[in-house]
Amino acid sequence: MGPEKISQRGEKVESMKVNRVINLKGEVCPYTFVKSLLTLEEMEDGQVLQVIVDYLPSVENVPRSLKNEGHEIVSVVQINDTDWAITVKRLAWSGEE
Amino acid sequence: MFLGFTEEQIRRYSRQIVLPGVGGKGQKKLLEAKVFLVGAGGLGSPAALYLAAAGIGKLGISDSDTVDESNLQRQILHHTHDVGKSKVVSAAEAISEINPDVEVVQYPVRLSSENIMDLITGYDIVVEGSDNFPTKYLVNDACFLTGKPDVHAGILRFDGQLTVFIPGKGCLRCIWPDPPPPNMVPSCQEAGVLGVLPGIVGSIQATEVIKLILGLGKPLVGELLLFDALGMEFYKAKCNRRHDCTLCGDEPTIKELIDYEQFCGIPSEQFKALTI
Repeated sequence: MGPEKISQRGEKVESMKVNRVINLKGEVCPYTFVKSLLTLEEMEDGQVLQVIVDYLPSVENVPRSLKNEGHEIVSVVQINDTDWAITVKRLAWSGEE
Repeated sequence: MFLGFTEEQIRRYSRQIVLPGVGGKGQKKLLEAKVFLVGAGGLGSPAALYLAAAGIGKLGISDSDTVDESNLQRQILHHTHDVGKSKVVSAAEAISEINPDVEVVQYPVRLSSENIMDLITGYDIVVEGSDNFPTKYLVNDACFLTGKPDVHAGILRFDGQLTVFIPGKGCLRCIWPDPPPPNMVPSCQEAGVLGVLPGIVGSIQATEVIKLILGLGKPLVGELLLFDALGMEFYKAKCNRRHDCTLCGDEPTIKELIDYEQFCGIPSEQFKALTI
C-alpha cells in the first residue's frame, strides 16, 4: 500500500464520498473549468465532485481555478494513460446571494 | 446537465459565468430578465448591444423614427444600408445578429401618457435613452408610478450624465422638478454631440442594468454621474429623494402622467435637447 492520500483538511481521501462525477473528456480550457463550476453550483457545500479530464492543461488549470474560487482540491490523480481525476470539495459558491 | 445551459450558451457566456457573483445562477437571471429601452438612438445603441450580448432574455425597444444618415456617426445599432428603415426594425436585426437568444419586441411608436403604461408593463427595468425632455419626464413618472427602476441618462456635445432612479429613492423631479422651458434648450442638431459620448454613457447604462439584475455591487442610486469627455473626468453629485418632490415626495401633487407637448402647447421638436 502506498502512502495515504490526505486532503487539505487532513481527511483521508479514500474515506471521502464522491457525490458526483462528470466526464469532461474531449473538453478543453476554459470550458473544463466553467462546467466544473456550473456543476458545483448545483451541489451543496461540503459535497465532493470528481472531474475526469484528458486535456493536459486542464489538469493544472482546473484545480488552480477551483481553488481560487474557494473550493478545496482533494486530489489530482492520473487514472490511466490519458485521463486524470480531479476531486474537489465544494466549500462555498461565490455566486450565491 | 450544467444548470440547463446548452453547449452554445456555455461557450457564449463563459467569460461572464466565471465572474465572482455571477455564475450559472446569475446568467440564468440575465436570460430571464426583461428590459425596456426607450429609444434606439445614441444611448440605446450601445445599451441594446451590450445587453443583448450579455444574454438579456427580452428587450423591448420603442422608437418612432427611421434611420437617417446623420444618425450613423453615433447610433451604432444602425448601418449605412439601414438608412430609411424603421429604427426598431434595424435594431432588432442588429441584436439578433449579435445574439439570437434574445427576444426583441419592437414598438415603432412615440411614448405618450396613453401608451407608456401598457408598453412597460411586463418589463423589469427601463433604460431611458430618448432625445427629449417630455419623454424623460414621462418615463420618470411612469417608472415611479409602476415601481420600476429607470436607468436615466442624457448627453449633449461633450458631456453626459446618468443615474438610476429606484422608486422611493429619488427621481428626476427631485433633481429638476420640471422640464426646462423650450427656449432654454439648444436643439441636438445645432448643439452637436461627440459620437463616442453616447457610446460611453449608454454602456454605463447597460452596466447598471446588469448590476441591478444580478444584485451585484452598488447601483448608481442617489448619485448623478457627470462625465466630461474633454477633461476626461467623471464627477458625482448627490441626488437623494426630496421630501418636497412633486412626484415621489411626502405630499405628491403629480398623480397621473403628463404629456408636456400638450401641457405646454409647444411642438415636441422644440424640446429636443439631450441625446439622440
